[in-house]
Amino acid sequence: MSRLNLLLLAVVILCALSVITSQHQARKRFIELQQEKDRAQQMEVEWGQLQLEQRTWAIPSRVEKIAESQLNMQLPAQSQVRYVHARTPTGGRP
Amino acid sequence: MRYAHATAGAARRGRLHVPEKLVLPGWRARLLFLGLMLGMGSLLVRAVYLQLVQDEFLQRKGDARYARVIDISAHRGMITDRYGEPLGISTPVESVWASPEDMEMSAAQRKQLARILGMTETELNKKLADTSRDFVYLKRQLPPEDAAKIVKLGIPGISLRREYRRFYPAGEVTAHLLGFTDLDDNGQEGMELVLQNKLGGKVGNQRVIKDRRGHIVEDVVSLRAPKPGADMALSVDSKLQYLAYREVKLAVEQHNAKAGSIVVLDARSGEVLALANYPSYNPNNRARPAPQVMRNHAVTDLFEPGSTMKPITAASALETGKYKPNTLINTEHGALVVGGHRIRDTHPDDMLTVAQVIQKSSNVGATKMALSMEPEVFHRFLSNAGFGEPTGSGFPGEANGKLRPYKTWHPIEQATMSYGNGISVNLLQLARAYTVFANDGEMIPVSLLKQDGAPTGKRVFSAETARSVREMMELVVQPGGTAPLAQIPGYRVAGKTGTAHKLDGGHYVNRYIASFVGLAPASNPRLIVAVMINEPAGAQYYGGQVAAPAFSNVMGAALRQLKIPNDAPLNNVLKPPAEIVEEEV
Repeated sequence: MSRLNLLLLAVVILCALSVITSQHQARKRFIELQQEKDRAQQMEVEWGQLQLEQRTWAIPSRVEKIAESQLNMQLPAQSQVRYVHARTPTGGRP
Repeated sequence: MRYAHATAGAARRGRLHVPEKLVLPGWRARLLFLGLMLGMGSLLVRAVYLQLVQDEFLQRKGDARYARVIDISAHRGMITDRYGEPLGISTPVESVWASPEDMEMSAAQRKQLARILGMTETELNKKLADTSRDFVYLKRQLPPEDAAKIVKLGIPGISLRREYRRFYPAGEVTAHLLGFTDLDDNGQEGMELVLQNKLGGKVGNQRVIKDRRGHIVEDVVSLRAPKPGADMALSVDSKLQYLAYREVKLAVEQHNAKAGSIVVLDARSGEVLALANYPSYNPNNRARPAPQVMRNHAVTDLFEPGSTMKPITAASALETGKYKPNTLINTEHGALVVGGHRIRDTHPDDMLTVAQVIQKSSNVGATKMALSMEPEVFHRFLSNAGFGEPTGSGFPGEANGKLRPYKTWHPIEQATMSYGNGISVNLLQLARAYTVFANDGEMIPVSLLKQDGAPTGKRVFSAETARSVREMMELVVQPGGTAPLAQIPGYRVAGKTGTAHKLDGGHYVNRYIASFVGLAPASNPRLIVAVMINEPAGAQYYGGQVAAPAFSNVMGAALRQLKIPNDAPLNNVLKPPAEIVEEEV
């Protein structure tokens, strides 16, 4: 009888310890999860900022200004534009 | 009783051998017992009080040591153009707040803090003066770099709070269309306000357990899941938007005008591809300009359309069957008296065909056509073409325009309406009315949001009528018409000029609104561009001189941008334009 009791006591202690460790593990994992979530959000924020930045650099008025002042380009007048009608050459690409 | 006493006494003396003098008086035991009982009773009462009465309060206090409810921020959705290019993005910024009571800082720290916040020390002290409050914003929406500097100062009682701020990369180009948000990122104007419900994120929160170092160790329960705002795609094409803005700006500056607007519509789907106004403002700047500058003139301002109304009048007349495109109208040598008022043409002619009435913009001709119809019939055509009817854009402050009930019409009013006086529209409405000419008589509802399928139109005129009026409008841009400057190389253009006196205090004054509405390619219309220039103050004020060139530039560039095939030879522009026929205003 007392042997059984001792055995049960050991089992109980073992269970109690494993509860503690698993709880601890769970918390550690959870903290990791939180950190990853934070990182994901941080990246999302950065993505938004990069999009914003890209858009700001690529704004037509800026592109136009640089093309005109730095690259000496200009918008062709309507009369300077020639349209080429694409014909499908035999065997070529359409 | 006696016996009982005797035995008790014997027992005491006999069995316990307690000396007589040490016998404790019975009351002491009872007192002690009573005291213990009282003590226990009070403990019991206290326990009941704590467990049952104060339970909730104490539980809360206990939880407060480790359980926290944290907000999970949800960002506002992005506004994009039709190709997904971002037009409005929310990006996080930090707001600095303080709890004055808990603050401790040295004089040096105070100085540094004030410098980073960009305020004087006196201003800072004023903000922190009220120590009874435990939440004071020191500065909202600080760039992350500055926020990091403040954290480095390490002043107790100062914390950061993450907020979102809206940025508009296109700035003034899209200012009127998009509107702006307030400090809390809620839409205040424009599409930001229209789409508030969809764009706005809903902040969520959850209950968590935090350890001593502030780590979240357990996610107890999610009280409300955060709902980030949805991204919304507008119908706008950002390149065309820029083009439209550039040209309206140019036209307004060139002609010293007060303001101007351009609307570009996809003729088939009714989608607004561009909607620009000038003067504009930079929505990224928190300082707001005068309300007049913030108005989206193209939608919230009404004007009398003037001669741009005539194609509608002509189409109505054709539809009744009383006129054919080549029917001759006696234009009375350019003057006609209706109800005691004289209606005049600048270029007097004796006889004009319906087509020529449009080409030369004859008021007398339009009047004759309008008066040939019953008021009820003319009213029905105007109303079906969307005059006086909201555009359904949902834009805040949209003005619906006025079309008075036909029962109150006098002949003179019916006459003036035929050339666009005594009736008011907004520019978007006017552009929408022209979808009937682009779609063989069907009016397409306009939309500021990207549409998936082609919307169903509402038939206003027969296809035959719509096509013949379109042909008439092609004459307008030919030499001999009012707007040869609206020609575009390689494309056939159909359009109509308008020049209207402005109303001031109920009287027409010599200030004008010049407009041009046109569609191209005329053989198979894809785009509609409407231009309105308010009060050109230079020597030129006719629609054909002021608005038509802007139309030509925007339409030409837009057609090229959208790779729409030519429908005319490239040398179709007849230059130099012959004398521009000036229309009656």
